[in-house]
Amino acid sequence: MKTHLLTMTAGAALMASLANAEEVRVYNWSDYIDEALLTKFEEETGIDLIYDVFDSNELLETKMLAGGSGYDVVVPSGTFLQRQIAAGAFQKLDMSKLPNHDNLWDKIQERTAEYDPGGEYSINYMWGTTGIGYNVGKVTEILGEDAPVNSWDLVFDPANMEKLAECGVHFLDAPAEMIPAALNYIGEDPDSHDPEVIAKAEEVFAPIRPYIQKFHSSEYVNALANGDICVAVGWSGDVFLAQFRASEAENGQEIDYSIPTQGAQMWFDQMAIPVDAPNPDAAHKFINFILDAQNAAAATNYVWYASGNKAAQEFIDQEILDYPAVYPDEETLAKLFTTTPYDPRVQRTVTRLWTKIKSGT
Amino acid sequence: MRRFVLIAVPYLWLVALFLIPFVIVLKISLSDVALARPPYFPQLDLSAGWEGLTSFFAELDFENFWFLTTDDLYWKAYLSSLQIAFASTVMTLLVGYPIAYAMARAAPEWRPTLLMLVILPFWTSFLIRVYAWMGILSNEGLLNQLLLWLGAINEPLTILNTNTAVYIGIVYTYLPFMILPIYSALERMDDSLLEAAEDLGCSRLSAFWLVTVPLSKNGIIAGCFLVFIPTIGEFVIPSLLGGSGTLMIGKVLWEEFFSNRDWPVASAVAVILLLILVIPIILFQRNEQKQREAEG
Repeated sequence: MKTHLLTMTAGAALMASLANAEEVRVYNWSDYIDEALLTKFEEETGIDLIYDVFDSNELLETKMLAGGSGYDVVVPSGTFLQRQIAAGAFQKLDMSKLPNHDNLWDKIQERTAEYDPGGEYSINYMWGTTGIGYNVGKVTEILGEDAPVNSWDLVFDPANMEKLAECGVHFLDAPAEMIPAALNYIGEDPDSHDPEVIAKAEEVFAPIRPYIQKFHSSEYVNALANGDICVAVGWSGDVFLAQFRASEAENGQEIDYSIPTQGAQMWFDQMAIPVDAPNPDAAHKFINFILDAQNAAAATNYVWYASGNKAAQEFIDQEILDYPAVYPDEETLAKLFTTTPYDPRVQRTVTRLWTKIKSGT
Repeated sequence: MRRFVLIAVPYLWLVALFLIPFVIVLKISLSDVALARPPYFPQLDLSAGWEGLTSFFAELDFENFWFLTTDDLYWKAYLSSLQIAFASTVMTLLVGYPIAYAMARAAPEWRPTLLMLVILPFWTSFLIRVYAWMGILSNEGLLNQLLLWLGAINEPLTILNTNTAVYIGIVYTYLPFMILPIYSALERMDDSLLEAAEDLGCSRLSAFWLVTVPLSKNGIIAGCFLVFIPTIGEFVIPSLLGGSGTLMIGKVLWEEFFSNRDWPVASAVAVILLLILVIPIILFQRNEQKQREAEG
């Protein structure tokens, strides 16, 4: 499906580019925008938009560090952004070309300043949480009415996982998110950079490992929607997408998302312009287009991730604004945690531990 | 002079597409990881002249290769890849040989059509065909639905995300590479040799073992190489069809490159992989050549 859309977009863009020379290349997360916005941008600006997607920060980072990616706008998450800025991968934004910049939400800017002090290099696209997506019917059938769907116990307690294994459980293949979640569960600092503390995550994963069918960061959307799996640790909006796809297909699968009461990771996806972007001017135009209150609202209404755009809230569906799993209330917000980038040595420990958790070696 | 040019062309090809990329990878494998763009140090700076060149070489060392020996992950991954590649090659041979044999034995007017059917899957993207297998093998997939409907099973079988699915994917994908060389060897075979064997008292089965198989030996060897070599480094099939427990060197390489951002170690892994592949092949070919010389 994704590949298909991508081919169509690329094909259409190729045809259009024969007529018009100016183009902007955007590299964003998969399933992360209302496709109608892409057409709208092309119509409003007359710039050809080539829109490609990825599903892992690691993939994006490697392209940024290699250089010459050919993209004008990319969307890394907080910690990755911070490291890429340090490596000199991005150019400073020209705020005079971003008049819609004032629409940003100060509360979110305060948090993203941790990664990009002063917000010189990046603009928030969306933010969300890493929590639990589940199939309401199947989980209730297996664990009963009082299944702990609002708790990390659902996926970190071996007793629950043993039973859930029969209907399928996926975890994100993202150590930078899964290891903090496990540390948080056992009461350690989720943002710990101490290898000894990080190693404790293994004790959480070892007993449940046999019951995890797969570690993957995008397959769970369709797998949840089709009923192939019943629980996934995943990103908020992706689970809502699965929910949407299941209801579209009318296949009787009811999907829901929860931010566990023990707390969850909060992350921010930031739009930035690579230092060697072929068309930085058009890149600013694209970012400014997304910063428009109505456009930002259209994106959030479509993907169900919270927007970093304050002005957009006027146009966002009330249902979404009132949904605490998307726009958490103050109490939940207080429990959400953020993380900071690992240095190379700690990163190696984390990756190695993750391989060990996944493959048993 | 003309002869020299003729010989030079394939060598230029090798130098441009094999040797130069290999030297670049080797160079990176001897450098150190850095937070920069690109993420390794030292960079070759030709503008600094001779001094730049000497200081560049002074910075290179074999530290990354040493590092690979300190963690058993790498050896386990190499071994597991070799094992998966070996088993897949044997399975592909077992499936591919009868198909090639049947094709070579078919009536001559049918052969182009059969050949076409073997090549036909290449017209669809390899990625889409692997995705199709995900649809077939998943818990709610076509295969399980069919088996449930037939009453052969009561519970859906878990095939997707296991090593079984990886083997199915590899055998399916690489089957044409096994069939084609064996077919071309069998097709050239002179049928009168079989008649002669039977006249001399050979049963059909022993004629097959004593005449057909040895005559198709070159096809079998070519097919096995064509399957074995790409399978060792295979990354796409195990990551789409395999479970997280499927340990292969392609995946380890990916992780060094993408998760650890450690291009030097990733390059070292790749250099060792190449040595594991190239050395046995060179030894094998040398052995073949010796045999041929002894026979000639």
